[in-house]
Amino acid sequence: MQELILSMLVGRAPDWVVVFVTSLLGVVAIFTFVIFSNLAAVWIERRLLGRFQIRSGPNRTGPEGLLQPLADALKVVGKEAIMPFAVDKWVYLAAPAAVFAPAILSFAVIPYAPGLTLLNIDVGILFLGAVGSVGVVPIFMAGWSSNNKYSLLGAMRAIAVTVSYEIPLILSLIGILVLGATLHLETLVEYQIEHGWFLFLQPLAFIIFFIAGSAELNRTPTDIMEGESELTAGFHTEYSGFKFTLFYLAEYTHVLAFSAVIVTLFMGGWGSGPGLDLIPPALWFAAKMYLIFCVFVWTRATLPRMRIDQLMGFAWKFLIPLTLMNILITAIEVYVGLASIPIFLINTVLAAVLVVLWTRVVSVRGVAVNRSEYVARMMSQPTGQAGR
Amino acid sequence: MYGLGIAKGMLVVLKHIFRKPITQQYPEEHVVLAPRFRGYDFAWVESRCTGCATCAKACPQGCIDIVTHPKEDGRYAIDKFDIDTGLCMICGLCVEVCPYDALFMGRGFDLSSYNRWDLVVHKDDIGNRPQLSAYFRPPFGGQSANREDVDGLYQASTGQPKPEEAKP
Repeated sequence: MQELILSMLVGRAPDWVVVFVTSLLGVVAIFTFVIFSNLAAVWIERRLLGRFQIRSGPNRTGPEGLLQPLADALKVVGKEAIMPFAVDKWVYLAAPAAVFAPAILSFAVIPYAPGLTLLNIDVGILFLGAVGSVGVVPIFMAGWSSNNKYSLLGAMRAIAVTVSYEIPLILSLIGILVLGATLHLETLVEYQIEHGWFLFLQPLAFIIFFIAGSAELNRTPTDIMEGESELTAGFHTEYSGFKFTLFYLAEYTHVLAFSAVIVTLFMGGWGSGPGLDLIPPALWFAAKMYLIFCVFVWTRATLPRMRIDQLMGFAWKFLIPLTLMNILITAIEVYVGLASIPIFLINTVLAAVLVVLWTRVVSVRGVAVNRSEYVARMMSQPTGQAGR
Repeated sequence: MYGLGIAKGMLVVLKHIFRKPITQQYPEEHVVLAPRFRGYDFAWVESRCTGCATCAKACPQGCIDIVTHPKEDGRYAIDKFDIDTGLCMICGLCVEVCPYDALFMGRGFDLSSYNRWDLVVHKDDIGNRPQLSAYFRPPFGGQSANREDVDGLYQASTGQPKPEEAKP
């Protein structure tokens, strides 16, 4: 497809037209893919969440509930977009669009098939980290401009959690960079196809990236910012109608972007096993992306919500030291020059060992006391001091 | 080990996909109701009703609307017997106080409609779809006379044979 257009244009138009047209086609293709994936993600999430909870999800609108995302979209668009009186008008109006933009920008640098990347830059991972960091500011814009103390609280919590979890997010990728020796995403995908997926070579990094990503995306168990039973709806309380649709879509786009990044960095991108090349690589990529999305839904169905102080303690006291240890171990392995299979074995064993040992060292809850000793201590005190 | 509980929990939830969902697909599959379930569709036995309007007086909401006129033989002829199921709270006081066992509660609950007028049940429609509830009129023992029509209704709705007569 690219060659056809290039052959039509190259002889006859200046260079910038060729670049512009191909980029435009790429943007349109990615946009279509993202919007379609959003609708599919809404359907998958509702049905799959239902099956995890031993109920069927929506199955009345259309065959098997396939028109449910459309019904959701129509419902939300049909609602009245109320703008409260004393909001900071331009910030309020700009926030939903600003939240959507970084989510969809992440899709630009991902390799979908060999040679098929919209933005083939050499610093792909840096781009992803930067774009993710930009996504913090619109949340604050939304919370501040709503003129609502609960929205502001929700926004402050969201910022605290997002900023805290970006550190283990990016640090866990450094193990991959040490092994792959490049920031270029296509090269990393090819490294994985040749040497084995980073899912196996860096299991600790994968788990930490998944947990930190789940926190960045405001998904349960870390959705204290917008949990429906907490602070009403957090930073998007005052939004309704189409602006809320943008927040909703931005959240799903963000989840899908993270799934795509996990697939690219940990699960071999568009690669498949030997001899399974009959199925086009873009389809393998999409299948893996939806699989990781299903794992996000699985996590949401299982785990209860964490409190904000538990979340912060978890990030700073537990995840960051583990990522630093992971970097050290990976660097030693590369320095010694091990092949893939020893790396896989050593890393898996060390991941389990480190997690067990580090939980002994750090206790997120305070001093751990033997329960019978605690009860004896409490019972032996005279009543006046029982409050201690 | 940290995270082992989470892993076990997630495996349990994963197994839930392979279980049959417990959702009852409503219009196709009906809920199996207990025999003493109280519902909206009332069954009114016209041959027993004397128009005393005790049920109308007992109703806390005032749902029952009765209009009668005297006949030649001294009994009342009932012109109108409406129950407004939109107001009804299914307390069953009307059924409980009827001295002649002329009013019964059904077990249906799907009388929904698109406007409030259709929720008023008139005397021609009452008892059209009776699935009698055994709450106030248990089918065993202690019944008043002239049970034939009620037994017929009960049999028709539940498909069960006529219950045994109680010893006086």
